[in-house]
Amino acid sequence: MREQLKTDLLVSLKQKRRGFAKGWYKFSRNLLSVLGLVVLILIVLAALLAPYITPYPKHAKPYTNFKDAGKPPSTEHFFGTDRVGRDIFSRVIFGYRFSLTIGLVVLSLGVAPGVILGLIAGYHKGTWIETVIMRITDIFLAVPPLVLALAITAMLTPNLTNQMMAIALVWWPWYSRLVFALASSLRNEYFVREAELTGASKLHIMLKEILPNCLAPVMTKMTLDMGIVILLGATLSFIGLGVQPPKPGLGTMVAEGSKRLPGEWWGAIFPALAIVVVILAFNLVGDGLRDVFAVEEV
Amino acid sequence: MLTFIGKRLFQSLFVLFGLSLLIFFIARVMPGDPARAALGHLATEEQVERVREEMHLNDPFPVQYYHWLRNLVRGDLGKSSYTRRPVTMDLIQYIPATFELILFATLISAIVGQVTGVLAGYFHNSWFDGLSRLVSYLGIATPSFVVAIFLLFIFSQVLKLAPGVGRLPIMMTPPPRITGFMTLDSLMAGRPDLALTALKHMILPAISLAVIHIAQEGRITRTSIVENMQKDYITVHKVHGIRTSRLVFKYLLKPSIIPTVTVMGLDFAFLMSNAFLVEMVYMWPGFSRYAVTAMLNKDLNAIVAVVLVIGLTFAMVNLLVDIITMFLDPTIRLRSEGS
Repeated sequence: MREQLKTDLLVSLKQKRRGFAKGWYKFSRNLLSVLGLVVLILIVLAALLAPYITPYPKHAKPYTNFKDAGKPPSTEHFFGTDRVGRDIFSRVIFGYRFSLTIGLVVLSLGVAPGVILGLIAGYHKGTWIETVIMRITDIFLAVPPLVLALAITAMLTPNLTNQMMAIALVWWPWYSRLVFALASSLRNEYFVREAELTGASKLHIMLKEILPNCLAPVMTKMTLDMGIVILLGATLSFIGLGVQPPKPGLGTMVAEGSKRLPGEWWGAIFPALAIVVVILAFNLVGDGLRDVFAVEEV
Repeated sequence: MLTFIGKRLFQSLFVLFGLSLLIFFIARVMPGDPARAALGHLATEEQVERVREEMHLNDPFPVQYYHWLRNLVRGDLGKSSYTRRPVTMDLIQYIPATFELILFATLISAIVGQVTGVLAGYFHNSWFDGLSRLVSYLGIATPSFVVAIFLLFIFSQVLKLAPGVGRLPIMMTPPPRITGFMTLDSLMAGRPDLALTALKHMILPAISLAVIHIAQEGRITRTSIVENMQKDYITVHKVHGIRTSRLVFKYLLKPSIIPTVTVMGLDFAFLMSNAFLVEMVYMWPGFSRYAVTAMLNKDLNAIVAVVLVIGLTFAMVNLLVDIITMFLDPTIRLRSEGS
């Protein structure tokens, strides 16, 4: 009996590994997605190791050096310096820390409630439970996320924490809607019916039968959403309702730099390009995952 | 069909009601005193107390909401603490400038999106298709404020091909306000030159707004055309020797119109939110810039009003899209009539 269990485990482990290899094979067919993944890994590493690899780590903090203010890009300062002489390249790398934090925190706060609510609503389709959950979802989706996030941050005190809370608060409805659609169709599948007949609890059915089948689309959407959430965070910071100067938020830096266009163009253009690169990388990887998991819902 | 529209109307009303409750709740539970915020820090304690009484701030939350809702129905959205005028008046002043810009942007994205979509779809897997795919990737990944800054920098500041910020040069006197649409007002005042200048000022901000939607609408049209080109009815028409232009516009483009209209409806609301940024970059004196100013100054009444106006526009546009789709798509029309 025990031996049998052991071989079963080994077989399933092998299958899992084969599944991964197959997935990687599919993913690597798309050169753009692989490129996106490479860029993404580089950005994450750079952000993690920012204090050790940037040429001027001190410049991410309140720091002035008017002697070097407004210098154009050179080998000494790859992206030039800003109006108080801080190295823009170093600040961009530190700026990625904020962007990635926003993406990770917002999704880890927003996805779980969205998924759980969607799961409950989907399994109880046609009852008052579905009506209540999905109508509340509709209310949150009644204005574009940017507007609601801006309004909420504005009414709180604008800073990084409140910005992340506001975006998370407007983000969960997208997941409840997605999981609702998935769960309400999975509910009628034979394996769910069978579990119901054998007397499995609702909790078991929702968590063990339905949820695992929703994970691939949810994960794909999360990758694609990282880009959108980072975009939203940069936008809030650009308006002045996010990361506050002198902290090096990417959107904050674009806002500061754009006041000195066209003369000192590097102050706005390089942080702006940095935003585009990270969002593009997430989108490319997300597209690749979509092909691997063959999901069409997101 | 009427029952369908009625049902949708009811749904929209419910959502708007919920939205007002949500946003009002957030505005009232926030730490800080709205009355103090409205009067500024120089007001005396008695004055603040009087305004608290006027704004029903001493009452429990449901009573406050009731008073607010009753005023809302009368068109009174309270006073802006920043402009010190009624919010309703501010909205009337600023909304037309934004709508003019958004309509222009919608027009651009519809035309350019359709044309690139048709070309990319008809010549799919050609260099043009590849280029349009690349541009659409970039368009989706670029925040609109970045597009706005790049366009302003390149076309206005470096190449000097387009005018700079604002709706008109500072030296020019705007035409008398009738509709609030600068181009229309200029024409009505018999000043086509002014209308042309206003139009020129609108080009860069409108393109900044349109880019992402051009990308999306182009992709949708392309997908639909590629899909339909493999269908039998197209082969039949080809065999019959129907002209290419007729084939594209009558038989290929028509099925793609329904998804495009749906997406355009959604886009309209997103244009309103992206206008927040584009108006900031181009110093456009519109609703969105008013909204940003209100948010940066914690102007609670104005923030609540702004969110509601956008929610209302969103709901109305979606309703309109549903009605248009029903007319365009016989299967939806017949199903709703049958039930």
